[in-house]
Parts: sequence; structure tokens; C-alpha cells
Amino acid sequence: MSVPPKSEGLRAWLLNEDFSSPAQARAHQAYVTWLRFSANPLALGGLIVVVLLVLAAWFAPWIATHDPLEQDLARALLPLSSAHWFGTDELGRDVYSRLVYGARTTLYIAILVTVIVGPIGFVVGAAAGYVGGWVDTVLMRITDIFLAFPSLVLALAFSAALGPGIENAVIAIALTVWPPVARLVRAETLTFRKADFVVAAELQGAGVARIMFLYIVPLCAPSVVIRLTLNMASIILTAAGLGFLGLGAQPPAPEWGAMAAQGRQYLLDAWWLTAIPGMAILLVSLAFNLLGDGLRDILDPKNA
Amino acid sequence: MSSPELTTTEGRAGDGRLAEALRKVASSMVAILTTLFGLLLLTFIIGRMIPADPVISILGDNFDQAAYDRVYRELGLDRPVPEQFLTYVQNILHLDFGQSNVTRNPVAADLARVFPATLELAVLAIFIGTLLGVPLGIASAVRRGTWVDHLGRVVGLLGYSTPIFWLGTMVILIFYARLGWIPGGGRIDLYNDGLVEGPTGMLILDALMAREWEVLRSALHHIAAPALLLGYAAMAYLSRMSRSFMLEQLNQEYILTARAKGLGQRPIVWKHAFRNIRVQLLTVVTLAFCGLLDGAVLIETVFGWPGLGQYLTAALFYADMNAVLGSVLLIGLISILINLLTDVVYRFVDPRTR
Repeated sequence: MSVPPKSEGLRAWLLNEDFSSPAQARAHQAYVTWLRFSANPLALGGLIVVVLLVLAAWFAPWIATHDPLEQDLARALLPLSSAHWFGTDELGRDVYSRLVYGARTTLYIAILVTVIVGPIGFVVGAAAGYVGGWVDTVLMRITDIFLAFPSLVLALAFSAALGPGIENAVIAIALTVWPPVARLVRAETLTFRKADFVVAAELQGAGVARIMFLYIVPLCAPSVVIRLTLNMASIILTAAGLGFLGLGAQPPAPEWGAMAAQGRQYLLDAWWLTAIPGMAILLVSLAFNLLGDGLRDILDPKNA
Repeated sequence: MSSPELTTTEGRAGDGRLAEALRKVASSMVAILTTLFGLLLLTFIIGRMIPADPVISILGDNFDQAAYDRVYRELGLDRPVPEQFLTYVQNILHLDFGQSNVTRNPVAADLARVFPATLELAVLAIFIGTLLGVPLGIASAVRRGTWVDHLGRVVGLLGYSTPIFWLGTMVILIFYARLGWIPGGGRIDLYNDGLVEGPTGMLILDALMAREWEVLRSALHHIAAPALLLGYAAMAYLSRMSRSFMLEQLNQEYILTARAKGLGQRPIVWKHAFRNIRVQLLTVVTLAFCGLLDGAVLIETVFGWPGLGQYLTAALFYADMNAVLGSVLLIGLISILINLLTDVVYRFVDPRTR
């Protein structure tokens, strides 16, 4: 077995290319990928912000200094101070604590949309690309219809129909995000469809579903993961836009877009109510964009 | 001897080309019609999904059963769903989008009134975005790795990541409330309002045609901030796309050949590479224009711009479904139309598609 030799250390074991086991080869691959990723300071910065966001959402009760829903009208619209780091809103709630809890809402929407959209994109795209013929035509027509609308407008229409609320916002955003993913998977599938290993599997009698999910989907995965990471930023912006228009999370739940919208009424007296949630949205979507760019540079160099 | 044969071959080839062209036109017509059909189906389904009872939203809270039944029948809700869909399509074809429950006008009339304001804003914004974004992207590609490239990257990343409604609000806070450089919202000053009732509904054009310079000045003053913000969003996208298109061309071998022949940088970039990315640029400019409509919904709300976006958000607020669906359908139709237009322009610009 390949126990790392004590004298040369873990690093040497990871960098050694005379692999003594598959595990070492995989560890080597992961380590080299990480080295290339961490050489890009912007991507690393993006990753750090995303990790901080996850930590803030996870440990919100410990990080927040106040209850995000607790009102105190005597302490309304206070500016930034040591007691209220980001001031208080019109109902005397602590903006910093609402911001921390708002990270949960943002992550919840972004993750849920991604989890819904990934499988739909894989199934629709792989089916259209692999089966071809009328299946391809019909599926791509449907995709085109959804793509004909600008995404926020379509999400607005769906959330208006479904009614306001965070789950409905998730469904509405997911309905606008899947078509480009499906298109990407289809394009990737077309490049593998006639590959020897697929033909070999067909000759062995593998069914359509088996080929799609065991042979094609794994090969599409890297570019789809990059796409979904880059999408996180636009999902977050769309969610914030819906919240801003009053269609996302409903008050009193803390949501960054809705917080910025409510703050607009007090813009002249309390700029922090709008400025700070907006900066949080900007920071997080910037982080996801940087992370996605960095991932693309190392995993998918042909599209960099 | 051989010349008649040659003509026949050429004739046949010509026929083949014509048939091919006709087939292409036919298939793209079919594609457009099915997309249109899907668009109508989608808005129809969205209209069916609303949890609120459409009868109650018309009658209000006080009504008796007889009135309810009458309105229910008038709306055609007692008919089978496919028949309702057919009626819906017929109405749309007659430009009947139903009545707005808030303004009490036909939605079509409302849309005709608000749309020019959005068109004016979006057209100005796409001009700003294209004129700044494309040169920035090309300069970034040509001077890869220099400060121009880094600037382009920062501009692009910020444009992609900034919530535009927030940026608009901050611009109002700083440039209106604190500095007083821009007006607080709307399309025009109160005392210039209504002076020009033009044929196009686009204030800038109408004022130009009527030679009302004071109105023109006020209209430009009002449109500047929202158009620049929307234009910035388009610019971020366009600079990024034109950079990658240009880089792809500059790595081609014909560019290397041109350099080897001693051709200067300027003709290589503009006469060779740029000519080959024109079609791709056209596509992304149209995509950017469709994307602008998204931003317009938010920017119009922030700046009180009385256009389609503000109409749509107000309709959402009052659950005025006819107005919502009418606006959404209009935006979808515009997107399809623009894509169709690009297809047509393609055939002129790109000889390979002929």
C-alpha cells in the first residue's frame, strides 16, 4: 500500500507522479487542481467570501448580536454605532443581525434553485442531445419559449401567479434558469454521442437511460458545475430583485432585497437601510462570479 | 456540346439553392410560429394558475350569486379549457388584452401609452452600452494583460454583480438628494409636461421634431441617469463578450499570416479581425437589448419612469392580472421580434448564411 514515506512528507507524496495506487493518483489530481486554483487570488477571495457566507448562515444565532425580528420603536432609525454596528431600521430592529440572518434566505434560495435546476437541465439536455430526432426538436422548442422572456420578467409573471413567498420565488426562478443549463448539456452531449465508448456501450446492449446517466451525464458534469456556480450570482440578483419588488420573502423575514426596498422610504434620513443590504448582495454575487471564473479557468480551459 | 449540359447542371444547382433557401425560410417561420404559440400557451397557463378568483377581483367584495354567475359566464370560465385558450388567442390576435382592473382602460391602450417611454430608455441605453462596451472589449483583447484589460475586467465584473435597483437608489441618494445634479424622477419637469404631445411618444424625438429645445433639455436631463445605469449593465456584458470574440480571432492563423506580411496592428484589428466578429457582436447586442428589459423593470421602478416596467410592477402590486399578462406577453413578443430581425440582418452581413 502507498503509505506516504515519512522522510519526504505528504506534499512530496502528493506531487509524486509515479503513482503506487489509484488513491494516490486521485489525491495528486485534487492537490494539483487546488494548487492551480489557489494561485488565482481573485478566485480564492471569492471562495473565502462564499465560505464566510455559509458560516454566517450556519452560525447566525451565535454571530448575530440581536434578535432579527425584535422590534423596539424607541430605538428606530439609529445610525451606525457600537451597540448597533449597522444601525437600526424603522421598527428598531438591528440591521446587522437581520443581515446575518438574511444570509440564510439568500443561500436557501440559491441552493434550492440550483438543486432543482441541475437535474432538469441534465435530463432535458441529455435526452435532446442523445435521443435526437423529434425528441430533440420538441425539447429545444420548449427551451426556446422559456428563453424568449427576459428572466426577471418571467420570474415576475410566475411569482405573481403563484403568489408572493419564498418557495414560490424559488420555483419561479428555477423556471427561468433551467433552459440555458439544458442547452449546455445538449451541446456537450452532441460531442460525445458518437464517441467510441458510447457506441461500445450501445453494442453491449445498454439502454438509453443507462447511457445517459452513466456515460454522458458524468462527462457533462464539470462544465455544468461551472455554469451553475456562475448562475448562483444571477440567481441571487434575481431573488434580490423579486424581493425588492415585494414578491420574494415576505416581511418580517429578513431578506436583503426586501430590506433595501423598505429602506428606500427612509433614504434621506437613514441611508444605511438601503446601502448596507445592497452592498451585501453585491459582495456575495461578486464572490460567486469570481469563484465561477476561477473554476472555469482550471476545469474548462477551452472556454476561459 | 458541353455548354448546354453545363447550363443544366448550373440551373439545377441554382434550383437547389433556391429550394434550400425556401426550406430555410419555411423552417424558421415554423420555428417562430411555434415559439409564438408557446408564448401564448405559457401566458395562458400563468393566467390560470393565479390563486385569486378572477370574478371576485372584478366584482369586489359585495356581490350576489346571480352577479357572480353572470360574470363567470362572461369571462367564459364555464367553457372547456381548450376553448378558453382558443378564445384567448383570438382576443390577442385582435389586440384585445382585456381590461385593466386598476386603470379601467383596455390593457392594449395602456401598453401603447407606456411602451414608448421604455423604448426610448432602452434604445438610448443600448447605444451607450454598445458604444462603450464593444471598444472596451476589443481594446482589452488587443492589449491583453495591460491596464486596459484589467479595467475592462473590473468594469465587467462589477456590472455583472451589482444589483441595479440598489445602484439606482444610491445614485438618487448621492446625485439627487446630496448634490442636486439630477432630477428626482419621472420623464420631464412639471412645467414642461404636456407641452409636446408628439407622434412617437418618445419625448426626445418629439421635442426634436417640434423644435422645443427647453423640453428637449429637460427630457435629456431626466433620462440621463436611468439610461446610463441601464447602459452600464449592457456595457459590462458587451465588453466581456467582445473581448472573448476578439481574442478568438486574434489567435487564428490568418492573423499570423497578416502579421508576417507586415500588416500594421490597426488594419489587422479593424480590417481583418473585426469584420469576422460583426455577426457575433450583432447577436450579443440583441441579447443585451432583451436583457435590458429586465433591468428596465427595476430601474423604472427606482426612477419613477412611467414606462412598461413601472406599469408591470404597479399591476403586480394590485394583482391586476390582465395588465401583468399583457405586459409580459408584450415583452416576450419584443424579444422574438428582435431575434427575428437579427436573423434577417445576418443574411445581409454574413455571406455564409446566404
